[in-house]
Amino acid sequence: MKTLILSTAIVALTAGAALAQDVVRMGTEGAYPPYNFLNDKGEVDGFERELGDELCKRAELTCEWVTNEWDSIIPNLVSGNYDTIIAGMSITDERKQVIDFTENYTQPDPSAFVAMADASVDLSGAVIAAQAATIQASYVASELPGATLLEFATPEESIAAVRSGEADAVLADKAYLDPIVAEGGDLAFTGENVLIGGGVGMGVRQSDTELRDKFTAAIQSMKADGTLNALIAKWEIGEQF
Amino acid sequence: MSEPGATIFSFCADPSSIDGFEWLACYLTTAKHLSIYWSVGTVLLLLAITAPVALLFGFGGASAARSRVWPVSIIGRSYIAVVRGVPDIAFFLFFVIALDQFFEYLRHQVKCPDWDMPIRQGNDFVVCAAAKLPLGNAPQWMHEVYGFSLAVLTFSIVFGAFAANVLYGAMRAVPRGQIETAEAYGMTQRQTFWRILVPQMWVYALPGLSNLWMVLIKATPLLFLLGVEDIVYWAKELGSTKTSKFTDYPHGDWRMWYFAGLLVFYLCFTKVSEAVLGRISRRLSRGQATAAGEAQRKAALS
Repeated sequence: MKTLILSTAIVALTAGAALAQDVVRMGTEGAYPPYNFLNDKGEVDGFERELGDELCKRAELTCEWVTNEWDSIIPNLVSGNYDTIIAGMSITDERKQVIDFTENYTQPDPSAFVAMADASVDLSGAVIAAQAATIQASYVASELPGATLLEFATPEESIAAVRSGEADAVLADKAYLDPIVAEGGDLAFTGENVLIGGGVGMGVRQSDTELRDKFTAAIQSMKADGTLNALIAKWEIGEQF
Repeated sequence: MSEPGATIFSFCADPSSIDGFEWLACYLTTAKHLSIYWSVGTVLLLLAITAPVALLFGFGGASAARSRVWPVSIIGRSYIAVVRGVPDIAFFLFFVIALDQFFEYLRHQVKCPDWDMPIRQGNDFVVCAAAKLPLGNAPQWMHEVYGFSLAVLTFSIVFGAFAANVLYGAMRAVPRGQIETAEAYGMTQRQTFWRILVPQMWVYALPGLSNLWMVLIKATPLLFLLGVEDIVYWAKELGSTKTSKFTDYPHGDWRMWYFAGLLVFYLCFTKVSEAVLGRISRRLSRGQATAAGEAQRKAALS
């Protein structure tokens, strides 16, 4: 083990002699279609994969994709294990205290409630599942005082909680829920959609202003020439710019 | 939206047109499924490296704890006490990030002496690009090897502390008469330790160590906290609902089946471990002044 670390260090030392081209490591969750998911080949795919690759091309950066669990996605960015978070992360004031965001690349995304198709749910007093540390979870906690919040580490588990009866409904991004409701059969949308968050942006370290500005410029150029709208339409993310 | 990847069987070109066994064969051989098969290797490799290294940490800790030099003894005792007291999950979440930052801090001091910006900038930990470990532009496999090494080191420190306590007890369990006899023969302290105490302590340590081994096997899912993708991560990922929009192999929530597979894997692994540990235990009992050793002696006589 020690030799492993040693040899890694040695390789790193020798390889680092010439800092050829900076690689920007893009951190994502890989479990939130259509934003990001692992395809059949096991590679990161989805709206944000295509978007990120295009942004890197426009900003003339070499990018590499890494996956990280949602729970520890911000601590690992801050300590430098990757350089950006591109994981369907909505821009919120709370997160802004810890990290910086680029300009948003989606509109505030409608979130929706999903319950069993044969159940009638009174959302104001229901048990509502959501992924932990998401805008949906804080929405249930702050805006629905009568409801009970059940948090799960992954969106998949929050859906399973509704199926098992542990929760009455789940609150998540509508774009994520759409295909599940369409193919699930037993689930249906319920209640009104809610608009939460300030749109999705890329998270970067607060000290990385240069990188943030590069990506913001690239996002603006994609907004200007319509390519971003085309991607949003292709992956059915929601509102266009 | 994904194109069919490279497949092993020719009939997998269009998964929507096949069903039954052929569908399953194609499904289980997607590149993504190969990742879970690989991750079995990752877990086994982790165990194979961690177990001896943790034992080494444990041996060091136990020897230090019973040292007659007071500072050494304090170091050994505090290692055992502190690490055993901290919850594993806290250790894996914070210690690893701290360890990584410590290495980078050292490299930073050596490689970038004239860096004028603070390393801690608000929430951020910023070292110069040359001090990054691995370097930002290193290939992905290097990041993975580094992450894996950190995981091995962390597992070894945690399980080493438990092993140290087990070995410490085992060293004290060796009959005093054995040590006295060695001393009477004029052996030095060092000789007594290496020739009398160490060979005899294993039989007392084995039950405790085998417990640790079983716990270690089951602790490997903590790997994902360190960014190493293990079998439990892949079982969760592969088993989760897949809609036809994002895969050629749509299915519902199949996590139960994947976890059932994991259950079988872990049970088999435990069974094999038990058999091996049983053999080791028999081997170690030979000629020992313990009940098991005595039983072996009598069986050989009759």
